[in-house]
Amino acid sequence: MHELAIAAALVESVAASAQAAGAARVTRVFLKLGALSGVSKEALLFCYDVATRDTLLEGSQLVIEDVPVMIYCERCCAEAILSGIQGLRCPRCGELSSRLLHGKELEIAGIEIDVIEEAEGER
Amino acid sequence: MTTRYLEIRQGVLSKNDRLAADLRARFAQAGVFVMNVVSSPGAGKTALLERVLRELRAAGWRVAAVVGDLQTDNDARRLARSGALVSQITTDGMCHLEVDLVTDKLAGWDLNALDFLFIENVGNLVCPTWYDLGEDVRAVLLSVAEGEDKPLKYPVMFHSSDIAVITKMDLAEACECDLTAMRENILSVQPAIRIFETSAKTGAGVPVLIEFILQQRAAKLASTSVPPTA
Repeated sequence: MHELAIAAALVESVAASAQAAGAARVTRVFLKLGALSGVSKEALLFCYDVATRDTLLEGSQLVIEDVPVMIYCERCCAEAILSGIQGLRCPRCGELSSRLLHGKELEIAGIEIDVIEEAEGER
Repeated sequence: MTTRYLEIRQGVLSKNDRLAADLRARFAQAGVFVMNVVSSPGAGKTALLERVLRELRAAGWRVAAVVGDLQTDNDARRLARSGALVSQITTDGMCHLEVDLVTDKLAGWDLNALDFLFIENVGNLVCPTWYDLGEDVRAVLLSVAEGEDKPLKYPVMFHSSDIAVITKMDLAEACECDLTAMRENILSVQPAIRIFETSAKTGAGVPVLIEFILQQRAAKLASTSVPPTA
């Protein structure tokens, strides 16, 4: 279950950013997940709850945006979205393409945090 | 209490990536060329490296290897027979090498005294994919006994590799391996990959691979060295 290691790295990274921003807690984490990232969405969601326990992220929601594989076809001079990851072939002309534009993402897009206002904290 | 959105836009494994970039810079400064070798268990990583280490040493190159395994130091002992400097990382269950394990293992090594470093990863076609170890070239091995469609089953690993080495070529006929299909499948998941065919047993194809490694190192040194100011 390699997703647990990925989830742990995700939590460590988000917690550091949240702490630096003075967050009291993290409520949502937005993740871009490419079809060619090799990470299973379901397994990652399952591991997320375990990995966030006793951290600033506890109880937060992991919002995953699926990113399909997109290539640039030199022959068609156009971008193409592929339905699978088994062959990086242009769906129009069938040519193999080594120019991958999207699909490997395993990227934290942003986070939603609760911050205690300074004025509020002083009262 | 106010709710805010904070833009991050960084990779989940940015910490490993950062450490890998540091290590890559150290390798470049020392002029050592690094290859990360990945494959499924039993594809022949150790056998191929035994041969490559021996032949590079015989040609006068200074070579070393770091070997990752879940348990035992059997592979390190096999590789050490070549006379190269070899060190074992026992991951104690972890299914891949991460860059901090490699960095720790290299502590105390004089990288300037090396020309080549080979990192034999844990046998696993999934998890090592994500972990940059500061290598110059990632080589994925696939033996003729494994089935032609393996690249299609593990496309992410093949996609992330720079070269593919088809191993155990001496067994190709006995295994009824369809090499044309195997090559097509590798290229369909990574059209930019370069494919080699080797037999560690007979030595066939190994000189071609070694020639490639030597060329890559020469290119690396040419691109990182400061041109003389004359």
